[in-house]
Amino acid sequence: MIAETLTGPPISWFDLSPLLILLGAALVLLVAASLTPRWPRGLYAAFSATAAGATMVMGFVLWDDVTDQGARTLVGDAITLDAFSMFATIAIAVTVLLASLVTDDYLRREQMDGPEVYALYLTAAIGGITMAMANDLIVLFLGLEVLSISFYVLAASHRRRIESQEAGIKYFVLGGFSSAFFLYGIALIYGGTGHTRYDEIVGAVNGIVPTERKDALVLAGVALLLVGLAFKVSAVPFHFWTPDVYQGAPTPVTAFMASAGKIGAFAAMLRVLTQALPNWRDDWRPVVWVIAVATLVIGSILAVVQTNVKRMLAYSSISHAGFILVGVEAAGHAAGEADPGRGVSASLLYLLLYAVLVLGTFAIVTVVGRTGDSQTDLAAFRGLGRTRPALALAMTVLLLAQAGVPLTSGFVAKFGVIEAAVDERSYAIAIIAMLASVIAAFLYLRIMISMWITDAEAGDDAREAVRVSLSSGIAIVLAVGFTLLVGVAPGWIVSAAENATTIARSALP
Amino acid sequence: MSFPILTALVLVPAAGALAVALLSQRRPEWIKLVAILVSVFTGAMTIWLLSTFETADSGFQFVSKHAWIKPWGISWHLGVDGISLFLVVLTGVLFPLVILGTDPHHDHKRYLAWLLLLEAGMMGSFLSLDLFLFFVFFEIVLVPMYFLIGGWGYEGRVYAATKFFLYTMVGSAFMLVGIVTTAFLAKSNGVGHLTFDLVELAEKAEFATTTGRWLFFAIAIAFAIKVPMFPLHTWLPDAHTQAPTGGSVILAGVMLKLGTYGLLRFGVFLFPEAARWSRPLFLTLAVIGIIYGAIAATMQKDLKRLVAYSSVAHLGFIVLGTFAFTSQAITGATMQMINHGLSTGALFLLVGMIYERRHTRQIAELKGLQKVAPIFAAAFMVVMLSSIGVPGLNGFVGEYLILIGSFLTARWWTVVAATGVILAALYLLWAYQRVFHGEPDEANRSFPELRAKEAAVLLPFIGLIVFTGVYPKPMLDRIEPSVKALITHVSDKTGYEEPNVPEPIEVEAHEEAQP
Repeated sequence: MIAETLTGPPISWFDLSPLLILLGAALVLLVAASLTPRWPRGLYAAFSATAAGATMVMGFVLWDDVTDQGARTLVGDAITLDAFSMFATIAIAVTVLLASLVTDDYLRREQMDGPEVYALYLTAAIGGITMAMANDLIVLFLGLEVLSISFYVLAASHRRRIESQEAGIKYFVLGGFSSAFFLYGIALIYGGTGHTRYDEIVGAVNGIVPTERKDALVLAGVALLLVGLAFKVSAVPFHFWTPDVYQGAPTPVTAFMASAGKIGAFAAMLRVLTQALPNWRDDWRPVVWVIAVATLVIGSILAVVQTNVKRMLAYSSISHAGFILVGVEAAGHAAGEADPGRGVSASLLYLLLYAVLVLGTFAIVTVVGRTGDSQTDLAAFRGLGRTRPALALAMTVLLLAQAGVPLTSGFVAKFGVIEAAVDERSYAIAIIAMLASVIAAFLYLRIMISMWITDAEAGDDAREAVRVSLSSGIAIVLAVGFTLLVGVAPGWIVSAAENATTIARSALP
Repeated sequence: MSFPILTALVLVPAAGALAVALLSQRRPEWIKLVAILVSVFTGAMTIWLLSTFETADSGFQFVSKHAWIKPWGISWHLGVDGISLFLVVLTGVLFPLVILGTDPHHDHKRYLAWLLLLEAGMMGSFLSLDLFLFFVFFEIVLVPMYFLIGGWGYEGRVYAATKFFLYTMVGSAFMLVGIVTTAFLAKSNGVGHLTFDLVELAEKAEFATTTGRWLFFAIAIAFAIKVPMFPLHTWLPDAHTQAPTGGSVILAGVMLKLGTYGLLRFGVFLFPEAARWSRPLFLTLAVIGIIYGAIAATMQKDLKRLVAYSSVAHLGFIVLGTFAFTSQAITGATMQMINHGLSTGALFLLVGMIYERRHTRQIAELKGLQKVAPIFAAAFMVVMLSSIGVPGLNGFVGEYLILIGSFLTARWWTVVAATGVILAALYLLWAYQRVFHGEPDEANRSFPELRAKEAAVLLPFIGLIVFTGVYPKPMLDRIEPSVKALITHVSDKTGYEEPNVPEPIEVEAHEEAQP
């Protein structure tokens, strides 16, 4: 065999700028910070937030570019640059920005200020964005692993809390399993179609790329792929890690995992299912239906019986995942067709709105958690309405939004998903979703009751006072402001999400 | 129409709520002043609305329509007609009286802010002509009411507030899916584009018969819970009993009307065929509600719970009238919504005053109050007689119209329902007898007489009760054209023919008017 010079594909560096900015920032944080003495307070967070901001700006620039010049694939067709991936990029950048603001306060309170957590946020964001942009199952797997490994370390990042270590190990072991399933699924799909690239998998069936088609292999592959992704989005019955990890991980990290992790995994799921596997949509759609219903019902019911707020919110995030799955199910009806329907845009919209909501909510939980991150019991919120009315009001707005009360972004998100389901005539799942949200509402009411209504008990005054630092305050105000703004005037963001899916469509051959 | 009066009716209280929330806790007198000014101003606007309302016009007036969420075909569409007019006015009048007449005892600022927000939500609900917009307001009113019950209620307030919130949300869950489905199916069945506009949907959409029935039920269940109709009523006694006086007055006065109003506006108007078809079910449940509510009220030991159950019975009459499909019955039902708001609202105020004085609502602990507080007893008596439906007071006109109108199309249901009138006399008079008659015992001897401030709050109620009872014509003149238009709409859509009503009946109603 004669060794030929390997010529790499042409690379358009500018189009990769969101990823490059994050990567550069992560490297600078790790290398420069280890070579220099401790940076002045808040600088690590400011650095990572700035990088996130720059990523966001580049996301908008590229979105504009894509709108003008059309979607395209990069790096030898490995990743797709379209409005869909830019939507996910911007959403993930938002989560890094908000999470950095919240983390700054937290790390200094726990006396473990340092660059590592921020660097891991940035690498996790790279993973998430890669997942959303991937046009090849192998690239998707790379993104998934980058995201997951960052999360494993992040979950264990509170070195002095045993719960944090436990969460890290649990997540790592179970996550490793799910990655194995996922990888095996890729192998089977490759075995069945002979391809790993999304468009080629579609082509393999449509006869553009001739290949021998082995359906059973592909179907088994699709199933395993779904298991891997369902684990990442914590859908029932692959949700068992979620409450433990969310409870044990440092609260800002939980916020980041619940937002960025969901965006990455769901964006990947939407892209794989609708762009790589539309030909099997009648096979995977019923599975998604069942998973969605199970996730909605079990997530909501188990949320109600918890007493720890972080655990409650973990189960509530499961129930939210169920809602997004309703959107995925709706997307399944029209997968591969010229008109993608409303499912994809509704799911994307839900992801962005929920990410901000959950970050805001966990930001408040972080603040109320007090030193040691131990005060996350429902009782810790008792009397917050009297001692910190503004904070309690912000929490109330965010909780009402999570419950889907109108004039908040949560309602817009839910409405979009329900609308998508109804448009595809999936009435049963729409009603189940709404009823599950009533069950879940009970949980949010419990937290509100604790804040506003429950009488003070002896010893409440002896608790450490709740302190809101500037950066946490900014994050909370941003989250609440966004929640209300989108609730009152959602038109622009709905259009943006619809725009994102329209441009994604033209990426297909 | 230059000045968007209806938009102002929604936004002024909302702005007032915001202003109250932003004012400093240390200036309670300013807070109270702002709240009073805002609510009185809103009330004045509704009175102005009433005076400039075109009496003979059956369509929507003062309409304001702007695109809100373009991608979803949702618009800010407000309008008022004879059916909603008096509910709007009642809302405008009731809130200042509640703010003036009830005392939350603690956290005035939050209490007033929630009340004003509630007013904005109620106004929006009665004015919306867009399904989505209506749903937004219908849901949003839950939040202030939840906090009012939970924050300022009595011993079982958390349970009652949570039950209230969740019950209503279950209904909303079905309604939301129903609304969205309606809009999407209408797109391909006659309307041609995605819109949530009530008027457009009602006029253009052509649903298959079964589809229409499913949609009607999805939406109607939310209203049936809100009314509340038997057997979905169990949240009501708890919510009413545990709510602070102001909350009870608003809840009974206007909030329950969301259910009966919704059935008319979003049930009968939007799905005439399905509403006609499901008549027997609704009539039966309404009659069960009338009888059951009355019997349950008779059994109550708690005065406030008694009034709450009487609401179940009264609202049964309204549903009966709604589903009788004659213009008298629906006019009567619309009128009865206002009458019930006035009389039950006033009853809750009075019960609240009793509680303030005696710190009990148990009938057994009250005795002989008439001896020590005759004026108070007289006020209670007038309001109670209005609730019973004694001729000369407002309750009679509404109930009479409902019964006479229903008799034409739903004879046997009406016969049973009429006994509910007698039962109402039984439980209310019996309660009055136990509370006010007899010799006051030690605890009741020092029961204070009605204070001037309390009298000032009650006087508008009693004035309206008597005025409407004696001279209902102005009210009927405004309600009737819209009701007639609704019946015509039902006839156009379903081929239903209203039974030929002999003219004298209308004259008779007017004879009632002139004693």
